[in-house]
Amino acid sequence: MGKKSLPEINASSMADIAFLLLIFFLVTVTMDVDTGITRKLPPPVEDDSKVDFNQRNIFEVLVNSANMLLVEGKPGELATLKDETKHFFLNPANEANLPEKKLENIDLIGDVYVSKGVVSLKNDRGTSYEMYIKVQNELTRAFQEMRDELAVEKFGTKYDNLTDPAKQEAIQAVIPIAISEAEPEDIGKTK
Amino acid sequence: MGRFKEKQEKGIPAISTASLPDIVFILLCFFMVSTTMRETTLIVKVRLPEATEVQKLEKKALVSFIYVGQPMKTTFGTESRIQLNDQFATIDDIQDFIATEREARDETDRKFMTTSIKADRDTRMGIITDIKQELRKSGAFKINYSSRKLAKTVN
Repeated sequence: MGKKSLPEINASSMADIAFLLLIFFLVTVTMDVDTGITRKLPPPVEDDSKVDFNQRNIFEVLVNSANMLLVEGKPGELATLKDETKHFFLNPANEANLPEKKLENIDLIGDVYVSKGVVSLKNDRGTSYEMYIKVQNELTRAFQEMRDELAVEKFGTKYDNLTDPAKQEAIQAVIPIAISEAEPEDIGKTK
Repeated sequence: MGRFKEKQEKGIPAISTASLPDIVFILLCFFMVSTTMRETTLIVKVRLPEATEVQKLEKKALVSFIYVGQPMKTTFGTESRIQLNDQFATIDDIQDFIATEREARDETDRKFMTTSIKADRDTRMGIITDIKQELRKSGAFKINYSSRKLAKTVN
């Protein structure tokens, strides 16, 4: 400690100021995580030629303008929709009016029966968005549960906990999210 | 002994805190850069529906938003309207909107783009169906029905 030529500016409060700024920023930033139900739209079709689907492979879900459900021609309820979808898609008893199954060899899983079932969701123009999301949610839940069950059976863990993308792909190949959002042309007819 | 005494007199040298502000500033900068500040003022009322099977929207920079709901100001009526960016829009504007959004992204990122539909829960499906048709025409196939996460009920 010799002679002081210039008094040093005390910088210890700088840290405090910077911390205050940091805290202010952390508080004001809204960390709203966007969540939602992800879907893939089908590419537009040029002509009106209908793709021929075997009627037994289609699980029809209709939502009318009064937010009521028609499942496979019968009035349905939201509470039972998930289990009905699962029963339809898996067709455990190989019933003749439920979807066909095809034996396929899938990596990591081996020979499995893959269901050809497709859920066709139709809605009226007057259906409320909230109801539509509820129906979508139930259908997603059905597929998610089926994936979970398969993942537990084959890999011993739930689908979301699978870390290996190859395993996830294998599950996806057996249980694709087969939800078709019908062409709006069809809506006019059912209205 | 003499040597030992000398050391004691010096004491522990104080740790220099001069670099602390710099560290904190780096933290601050990191936060400022990593958080995306989306400045869209909502002009339509959006109360999101609720769902349990929601997925997180990844890569926010690649998401374009379409808002649907009743206008905030009653002078614009109570009919559900579409909001793109900061203004009201019609169904016909959606294709242009998607094209502009696509232009703004890197070519390699374009196939990962998602369109998030943020619609009010009381919206009628007619308008949503129209939007979906427009999105299909513009080739924006990945969509996300924005909804709030609800805790799963055990059945």
